[in-house]
Amino acid sequence: MVGTTSERRVLDEAGGVRAMTWVMAIMLFLTVLAAALGIGTLHAAQALGQQLTGRLTVQIVEGDPVARDAAAARALTLIRALPGVRRATPVDRAALVALLRPWLGGEGADPELPIPAMIDVDLAPGGNADRITAQVRRASATARVDQHQRWMSPVTGFLQTVTWLALALVLLMLAATSAVVVLAARSGLETHRATIQVMHMLGSTDIQVARLFQRRIALDAAIGGAIGGIAGALVVAFIGYRLQGLGSDLLGGVTLGVGGWVAIAALPLLFVVLAMIAARVTVVFALRRTL
Amino acid sequence: MANIVQFENVGLRYGTGQETLSDISFTLASGTFYFLTGASGAGKTSLLKLLYLAQRPSRGIIRLFGEDAVTMPRDRLPGFRRRIGVVFQDFRLVPHLSAADNVALPLRVAGIAEEEVAGPVREMLAWVGLADRADARPATLSGGEQQRVAIARAVIGRPEILVADEPTGNVDPDMADRLLMLFDSMNKLGTTVVVATHDFNLLNRLPGAQMMRLDKGRLLDPTGALRYPPGRLS
Repeated sequence: MVGTTSERRVLDEAGGVRAMTWVMAIMLFLTVLAAALGIGTLHAAQALGQQLTGRLTVQIVEGDPVARDAAAARALTLIRALPGVRRATPVDRAALVALLRPWLGGEGADPELPIPAMIDVDLAPGGNADRITAQVRRASATARVDQHQRWMSPVTGFLQTVTWLALALVLLMLAATSAVVVLAARSGLETHRATIQVMHMLGSTDIQVARLFQRRIALDAAIGGAIGGIAGALVVAFIGYRLQGLGSDLLGGVTLGVGGWVAIAALPLLFVVLAMIAARVTVVFALRRTL
Repeated sequence: MANIVQFENVGLRYGTGQETLSDISFTLASGTFYFLTGASGAGKTSLLKLLYLAQRPSRGIIRLFGEDAVTMPRDRLPGFRRRIGVVFQDFRLVPHLSAADNVALPLRVAGIAEEEVAGPVREMLAWVGLADRADARPATLSGGEQQRVAIARAVIGRPEILVADEPTGNVDPDMADRLLMLFDSMNKLGTTVVVATHDFNLLNRLPGAQMMRLDKGRLLDPTGALRYPPGRLS
């Protein structure tokens, strides 16, 4: 309808609408944090899944060391002969003793101590863990097979829950932002009622009037989005830096990756588009009730 | 001369009260100057609202530019409103816009390119004698100056119908004369002019104008043939 500057002037710049900028900044800041949490835990769950899928530990539990070593050797041969086994490696006693040291101290090194023999197994995709269990039982009736994925599944499940929770938070924030825009647009309509009436009498269409609000709210959303987005990204980057410094395999998987950062960077744009649509729909809907 | 406006048995009722306008029937010929007169509360402003499409009637038929304005879909109203210039009784200038921006509004609403707006606005402000007040906001203008800005805004789009509600109510007699001459100039350019007033002195200034008279919501002279003198007016 009107050139950009002139168009902005039609609605009085004074008033409370500028507060929208800060509301938008806060909303986007929180949305960025929630989205980063969701993406990070999604990546961590995926990384954990990739690490643990198809990994098994076979334990040969025998009191007699000779029988234990013999059963372990038989089990190793049987496992290696199976299709779908990528790697089967016996865990040497020194490594087991090192693992037990925090609990048993130097006593773990006692050769008389009955420590189970262990075999680490990596399955190829499609490898069958049940078949391994059956073969191992042939070698030793007391053998046990631990699937890593099974004992880590509560952790994976927790990470997935956090991901869904974060997604729900992002959706809630978007809904709340839309609601704020609707309220701001309604308030703006009330504030500028006289001007809008004049515009209508001069032949303005509803879309022309809506565009005035749409541009104004888009500007607020863009400025607020930039502030909130940058602040959120800085906080996310700082937390990422601290997580990497922890040296934890589990927490180290909580990363955004390039795709995650692109998604975070797209959030302010999404906010602006959402705000514009909400403003346009609100104003057009309200004006339809007038002549 | 073709009829540009036609009212047939038009009635207007606000809410559930009595009819403000009853059985209004008249036609306006294109390019003619009309005065609409009557005492305060007679229904002049209500009739003008129907004319500039700010209100739909409760009953009857209104034809504007040959089309039914009563059942016209809402999304067609803006196109018709752009063909009608309105000088509101209370001016209705946008308070935070300068005089020039207020006058420019109809052109901007019509989508005229920005570089083609400044020239006509300057010309129009000069025409109403406010060339040096282009940047002034309405609050800093006198009542008469605001009136002239409102008139400039109403005529800048070269409307086919110009409707003015008590346009001389806030100005001294000299300024009233000047404003009337502005309307007369517009009329000579082909615009149909309808001026609502209860200033009988004004009616004498344009002997060629026709007059319609409202009394208690009814049109006493739908033909527009009624003339001054004031002795016949209540």
